[in-house]
Amino acid sequence: MPETKNKLSMVVFSGDMDKVMAAYVIATGAAAAGIEVVMFYTFWGLKAIQKGNLTGKSFFGRMLGLMNRGGLNAIGPSRLNMGGLGRWMFKQMMRAKGVSSLPELQRMAIELGVRILPCQMSMDVMEITKDDLIPEAEEPVGVATFIQHASESQVTLFI
Amino acid sequence: MSEMKPDLTLDLKGLLCPMPVVKLAQAIKNVPVGGIIEATATDPGVLADIPAWAKTSGNELLEMTRQEKVIRFVVRRTK
Repeated sequence: MPETKNKLSMVVFSGDMDKVMAAYVIATGAAAAGIEVVMFYTFWGLKAIQKGNLTGKSFFGRMLGLMNRGGLNAIGPSRLNMGGLGRWMFKQMMRAKGVSSLPELQRMAIELGVRILPCQMSMDVMEITKDDLIPEAEEPVGVATFIQHASESQVTLFI
Repeated sequence: MSEMKPDLTLDLKGLLCPMPVVKLAQAIKNVPVGGIIEATATDPGVLADIPAWAKTSGNELLEMTRQEKVIRFVVRRTK
């Protein structure tokens, strides 16, 4: 096994607003403390790094893109979303308390040098292309790349 | 320590987690090594988080005081 370093590797599996929020709070906090941060976005997690345009080529792929649209402004909380009402309510409550919005947190993470690696296999399955992702997303990778990063990280998380 | 003149003062009042440490980490790049930042914040979470940030990032927390709702702290850039 390689030497571990001051590094955090995180799998972002969830595309739920609240869990993505937790992922970015941890990522920015770690980066602020001088820790190298790598985030792997797989399956629903890809929703958090999509631009928000419609995706998919096949019938199923297009349905998926339509019914579960990506982008930070489209994703809802894991509980009490109630068809978007929960998302709206959470945004209001966060703004009222002065908590940074999800897009602000993502931008901050990118500014702090947090790396964004999308999962190639999930992109293939869900028919999401590199062009559907935010420009800061790096070239898609597979599990071996994650394991390489994770095995040299002192902290690993799955969200 | 109060007689030390800070190289930079930072107003973090009203900011919630993770912004106080994020802003502090960004600001500390703008002072020289050995330089001092004096900051004020209102999020009670910073009482635990600034010492934790200092420990992880390797910077030095020189002072932390709380007066009513305002928390004032002084950190020194060590590297």
